[in-house]
Amino acid sequence: MRGADYVIKRVAFAVITVFIALVLNFALFRLAPGSAVTNLSRVPHATPETKHAIAKQFGLDKSKGEQFVIYLKQLARGNLGISFENSQPVSKNLRTALSNTLPMVGLGTLFAIVFGTLTGVIAAWRRGTTTEHVTIATALGFYAMPTHWLALMLVIIFAGVFPSGGMVDDFLIDPTWFQHLKDVLYHMTLPASTLALVLYGEYTLIVRSAMLETLGEDYILTARAKGLKPRAIVRKHALRNALLPITTLIAISLGYIVAGSILVETVFSWPGIGRAVYQAVLQRDYPMLQGAFLVLVLSVVFFNLVADLLYFKLDPRIAE
Amino acid sequence: MSLLLQEPGLLAGDRPARSRTGLLWDVIKNQPSATIGAVILGIFIVLAVLAPVIAPYGLHEQVGPVYGHPSWAHPLGLDDGGIDMVTLLMWGARISLVVGFAATFVSMVIGGTVGLASGYFGGRTDTVLMRITDYFLAIPDVPLMIVVAAIWGPSLFHIIVVIGVLLWTGTARVVRAQVMSVRERAYVKRARSLGAGNLRIILRHVLPQIAPILIASTVLTIAVAIFDETALAFLGLGDPSRISLGKVIENAFQRTAISSGAWWAIVPPGAAVALLILSCSMIGRAMEDALNPRLRVSHLSAKGFRLRPLVGRGRDAV
Repeated sequence: MRGADYVIKRVAFAVITVFIALVLNFALFRLAPGSAVTNLSRVPHATPETKHAIAKQFGLDKSKGEQFVIYLKQLARGNLGISFENSQPVSKNLRTALSNTLPMVGLGTLFAIVFGTLTGVIAAWRRGTTTEHVTIATALGFYAMPTHWLALMLVIIFAGVFPSGGMVDDFLIDPTWFQHLKDVLYHMTLPASTLALVLYGEYTLIVRSAMLETLGEDYILTARAKGLKPRAIVRKHALRNALLPITTLIAISLGYIVAGSILVETVFSWPGIGRAVYQAVLQRDYPMLQGAFLVLVLSVVFFNLVADLLYFKLDPRIAE
Repeated sequence: MSLLLQEPGLLAGDRPARSRTGLLWDVIKNQPSATIGAVILGIFIVLAVLAPVIAPYGLHEQVGPVYGHPSWAHPLGLDDGGIDMVTLLMWGARISLVVGFAATFVSMVIGGTVGLASGYFGGRTDTVLMRITDYFLAIPDVPLMIVVAAIWGPSLFHIIVVIGVLLWTGTARVVRAQVMSVRERAYVKRARSLGAGNLRIILRHVLPQIAPILIASTVLTIAVAIFDETALAFLGLGDPSRISLGKVIENAFQRTAISSGAWWAIVPPGAAVALLILSCSMIGRAMEDALNPRLRVSHLSAKGFRLRPLVGRGRDAV
């Protein structure tokens, strides 16, 4: 059965990628000579017992090969070491950060996909008209702006209208869940918009190219010759086929979303995974940086796998 | 006059076209967006190269108060150290362009070599190289760059290498696909039957054919490299002793330009980066469009049913 083969292949690819990331993660941090990088137990202000416990957990006195095996074992138990900055387990910090990042990035990406697809289709359809030129110019403009700079521009423009940092209002005492939700959404407006605008530019360009390629296919000519309405041709014949490359490209751009979230969260002090990376870099908090890197790689690999399987669902021919 | 633009079939054709390297020029001349892009990029390069000569003030010279307002003497105001913004932008563009070009060069060499070897030799070489490329593609660039830059320590050289080593995957894939089709053409087989070695075939017959797509990919990679440098600098991983455009943005952000109301310290450097990325994207995209024969025809154009010229105007239209 071909389909099963394909699925197994893609899952195997994802698993191997994760393993490579693990090796990289270990090698980058532990094999770099000298520096604090090589020692997970140098948690500042920690008691000697804690340091000793970490050194024992990760077998820091053993050879590098043994250390790698121990690292994998500890990882399987969810032990990523202790953050240098707040002396909390890295895994606990990361869980909090991830739960803050996902809604913001998800909302921004959703908006970008919906509007990007819409304008991309229109741009391809209205090829050569002013509509197309304006759409493409706008999309290229947003695509070209450095993410963090666009974020800062929104801060300047919407100063006083929307909050420019943080996730919740610290002075809101005992909020009901609805008040809390409203508050978080209010704080989310600017960061999610920044991400949405940058991705919007990229998605519009991707969708337009994919649509242009399908519009040149013979079956579009056939549909046209049958006398179908342009709207029906776009919806039923062109867009359906263009969705295939779009799925792949959006999946590839997920790596970019991750990068974008680091910049966006840094500007808006959003307490998510991206800001965790930034803080870890600033504080040289290596266990935290190592953990955050792993989470970022895992999420990108996961979404790539989802896209691969989705592609298979959309077009089973790919398994041939 | 370019052969390519007049004969759409030539790209898939059998004959090697000698004038193919003129494509960059043709695209720039004939596509308005590429022309605009080339002009912007040209202006940046001239300003950056001439920065030591034409910059109005010294790079480390305090010429007025902290965050001094824009005036006739300082059209874009002063930064947090009282340094003229126009001067900073020129020197910043210089470093940003150096990083962009150097990192792109590194990634072109790696990507070009991998793509050529993979497409030309095929078989096991291809399988192994493409596997490696796939894995590189699956691991997100920017976090890896951040980690490596954080561990290695900030320096211009490290940044160039880090960006260059991580950006080659796209190029490798594009080049490979192109090489695979060139390899099967009759003149390549003819050259081989006449006894030409692999190296000669690659350098004389394959490389010139893939040059346009390689150039398009290069131009697009420059944009990404400049963006990445800006991002790394913003996260505090830039070379502290060099002023790049990314560094100027970071300085303004860290030293509260926004709450001081000093928009002039933060808007122009970002706009300059955006313009640089925009100009490279415009040139690269126009070239890619011109090289993709599938984009020439649209069976569904808004104004009635006819083929629409994509490349060139009037006589040159295809």
